[in-house]
Amino acid sequence: MFSYTRRSLTREMLLIVLAAIWWIPFYILAVNSFAPSTTIGGTGLGLPAQPTFDSYVQAWQGNGNGTLGAALINSIVISAGSVICLIVFGSVAAYVLARRGGRFAGVLYALFVLGIILPYQLGVVPLYSVFRTFGLVGNYAGMILLYTGLLMPFSVFLYTGFIRALPRDYEEAASVDGATPVRTFIRIVFPLLRPITATVGILTGLIVWNDFFTQLVFLGGSGNETLPVAVYSAVGAYATQWGVVFAAVVIAVIPILLVFFFAQRNLIQGFTGGTKG
Amino acid sequence: MSTGVVPEPSQRRRGKWSGSSRAPWGWAIPAVILVLAIVYLADLAGAWYSLTDWTGSDAGAKWVGLSNFAEIIQDSTARSALLHTLLIAVVFVVVANAIGMALAVGLARTLKTRNLLRSMFFLPVAMSPLAVAYIWKYILQYDGPINGLLGALGLKGAQQDWLGSPTFAIWAIVVVFIWQFSGLTMVFYLAGLQSIPIEVEEAAAVDGASAWYKFRKVTLPLLAPSITISLTFTLVLGLRVFDQVMALTAGGPVNATETLATQVYKQTFVNGQFGYGAALAVVMTLLIAIIGFAQLIVLRRGERQI
Repeated sequence: MFSYTRRSLTREMLLIVLAAIWWIPFYILAVNSFAPSTTIGGTGLGLPAQPTFDSYVQAWQGNGNGTLGAALINSIVISAGSVICLIVFGSVAAYVLARRGGRFAGVLYALFVLGIILPYQLGVVPLYSVFRTFGLVGNYAGMILLYTGLLMPFSVFLYTGFIRALPRDYEEAASVDGATPVRTFIRIVFPLLRPITATVGILTGLIVWNDFFTQLVFLGGSGNETLPVAVYSAVGAYATQWGVVFAAVVIAVIPILLVFFFAQRNLIQGFTGGTKG
Repeated sequence: MSTGVVPEPSQRRRGKWSGSSRAPWGWAIPAVILVLAIVYLADLAGAWYSLTDWTGSDAGAKWVGLSNFAEIIQDSTARSALLHTLLIAVVFVVVANAIGMALAVGLARTLKTRNLLRSMFFLPVAMSPLAVAYIWKYILQYDGPINGLLGALGLKGAQQDWLGSPTFAIWAIVVVFIWQFSGLTMVFYLAGLQSIPIEVEEAAAVDGASAWYKFRKVTLPLLAPSITISLTFTLVLGLRVFDQVMALTAGGPVNATETLATQVYKQTFVNGQFGYGAALAVVMTLLIAIIGFAQLIVLRRGERQI
């Protein structure tokens, strides 16, 4: 069992103080979202004398450009839709690449990995004009299609690495028993992929949920705005009403907090394990 | 890799097996088509647009060769956007990695509160950059907490309109960036530290090595692969900086915080200069690719030397 020395105790105290300082912005966010708009000012560090939900009510009702509730639903549908497509198409593609092997699979794998590095700003203009032609700007289908394509390299990369390290015994046994490929994949392989599926889902879900640039370009002014775009325009509308802005930010952040507390491990694994190569 | 009972040993040797359950190539088709269309084709088309004067109208695009790129070189806003991007990226990478490594070493083992503290430093990474930027916009505004604190400490002279000042605005963005992503570099280094066998550290401790000597001679060399990953990852993040700038300063005051990404957005979607915006995006892509690869090669070489 670890016992403290004077040195490790000092180190712990120091880090606790640093973490507390690091969290001051969160404290300011929480405190001021409950403060009456008129009293925000000064250092902003004091607790509000009369805590109120007014800012939340006002933020929730929105600024006439659609409510925050609607934006929340838009964000959920687009994130969930993209994640499902990324898991379904990513896992089967990675399964083929990992199990087939050979030069062709190698070329396809390289195609996906290189796709991770390419910044999306370059393709945004052509995508926007093509999507506009096909009526895919400003709606769910377009956004889900877009994110599925943009993040597919990442999904395939994570899945392939995991499947390569997975023993083949069960699949081979199923094959001997005469199971079809579809049945083998659904009944045997996919359940074994659960850890990496969780990582892919959480990581890509978070990326889509937090992404602002693409959503600003493709959904701005469409009436189907997502949370980041809605918060962005809320700031435009309530420039100096920080209480409302903070309430909107808190509403947008709560789902992230839930994911964070339940799936922090997967999140960290996605960042570190995925990049170990 | 372990293999079970397989009927044909000759095929086992090649690491494949042929059974009715062998994965069909067709399963890869949807993912491949999506990536070809939405990543590769779109990027190629973007590169093509950069050679035209297209403004998004139905009239179409006229080929103008490299004149968009010549215009970028002439354009003082584009040139300063490039400098700002590099400045933000470099300072962010250095400071965020230094902080992250210090946190990781401090929180690697032993401390009772280490898991809680790690989570506390990591949480900002999971947040939307936009949300983070708005909290900081309030903190940094003229009658916000920072100036309030300076006033309370009797340092009224040091008060600034942090985001409204051409000098300080860019540093404010860097600070926000560092605050959000130091927890990410911490996680990279923690992963690296955990792969160091505890015996190695104990041996160094028994030999009576000083903490710094131990860090320099034992920890740092074994951390080299994590350093490569973390530096590369944060560099790409820094060179793409967009959300924070849009939320904090929108590129102002007087272009003092324009970056390549904000210029791509403004030229394309605000000014309707699709061709010029695409050319800026090409510059940004090349910059990320060249600097990223150069850094990766240098670091890989360095890994072997320390």
